[in-house]
Amino acid sequence: MLLREVEYARPATVEEAVSLLAAHEGARPLAGGQTLVNVMKARAAAPDVLVDLVDLAELRTIGFSSEGLLEIGAMVTYTQLIGSSEVEVARPILAEVAATIADVQVRNRGTVGGNVCVSDPTNHLAPLLVVLDASFTIRGSGGERVVLAYEFFVGVYMTAVGEGELLTKISVPPASDTGDGFSGVTIGKHGTYVVDAAATVSGEGARIAIGCVAATPVRATEMEERLAGGDFSEDAVREAAKGLGASLDPPSDVHGSADYRRSLAETSAVRAVLQAVERRKR
Amino acid sequence: MGTPAPARSRAISLEVNGEAVEYEVPARRLLVHFIRDDLGLTGTHVGCDTGNCGACTVHVDGVSVKSCMLLAVQADGTRIATVEGLAADGELTALQRSFNEHHALQCGYCTPGMLMSATALLEQNPHPNEDEVRVALQGNICRCTGYVNIVEAVVAVGEGTS
Repeated sequence: MLLREVEYARPATVEEAVSLLAAHEGARPLAGGQTLVNVMKARAAAPDVLVDLVDLAELRTIGFSSEGLLEIGAMVTYTQLIGSSEVEVARPILAEVAATIADVQVRNRGTVGGNVCVSDPTNHLAPLLVVLDASFTIRGSGGERVVLAYEFFVGVYMTAVGEGELLTKISVPPASDTGDGFSGVTIGKHGTYVVDAAATVSGEGARIAIGCVAATPVRATEMEERLAGGDFSEDAVREAAKGLGASLDPPSDVHGSADYRRSLAETSAVRAVLQAVERRKR
Repeated sequence: MGTPAPARSRAISLEVNGEAVEYEVPARRLLVHFIRDDLGLTGTHVGCDTGNCGACTVHVDGVSVKSCMLLAVQADGTRIATVEGLAADGELTALQRSFNEHHALQCGYCTPGMLMSATALLEQNPHPNEDEVRVALQGNICRCTGYVNIVEAVVAVGEGTS
């Protein structure tokens, strides 16, 4: 397909990338391109300048900060995440969920930074990063700032990354006394989610987030409060989920009515919590 | 050297099936069109042009990607392999022979993508089981075969029975 005319630049450093993004109106960062190139075909996005991040090696690393946080560069691909020994040690759920995104070819090119910056409400990583209490480092011409997941995801296709800024890395606390779970219903085996839920369980209680039911992940706060006592028996978890669906205002579309999504939200939340509980025991 | 200025085209140099290639390409040209129209390697097919079907699968730096979801300029400095590179010396690969023996194609339109995805799998995992083959081929759609013979053909290569 013939795309609309566009300009292309390939900066060698993050500083160059940020200055290019700031200097050109209508400039957008190009990560793996697994969403952006397609929406450009559909003319749903029409950037004037693409700033290709491919040469920014510092955004491709996975490691640990001095405080022990798992740090994932924005240009890390899903395939890299799946094969990372650091992720396996610190927070294996990230690799497990990444392995269910699209297909091999897309996982080879698609990046973690691209996934979150698209902020498509059906994307896998957003609810997971919310429950993992991830923080996002954003670089601009004025320096660096760090935002938490609930501040990062602002709306449909909107994040805290502003004009002339670049997401550089995502930091995730390593698992300690925790277990993580992820569950949902997809269209086809590894397709788009209709509803998904992420959960992390510790001695202090549970963090639960539901995806695909609003513009950004929704924390199941009432369910979390009911589980704060630390009773994670199946009956208690099922009881705690009651009313979660009714508290949501999900969209209706060809894949499911709003009521069906409300029902799926409760089912998915229960499954994600029970999975997290099971894994915490190990 | 200052910050590179954005431009509507770029001089790219890359390796395609072992040969060095230099080209000036518009920034908006998709890699698949560069491969087919500029280089004349029409074995790589355009199926859906939306990143779903995988008919345009090629290898970039040794990993499978869908060439309709990359710009040609993104491939600057990479090493690309297309389906034409598989039997470069005129001798079919074991996988290609197995596709023939197992009747793993009907219309053949998806075959180049299937071959490239399965080749990437076999390089990483020389003896895949059926489940592993099915996961590896998830990004490749076939409208004719129902996949059974394709999967059998790939498994057979690993078992050495093709």
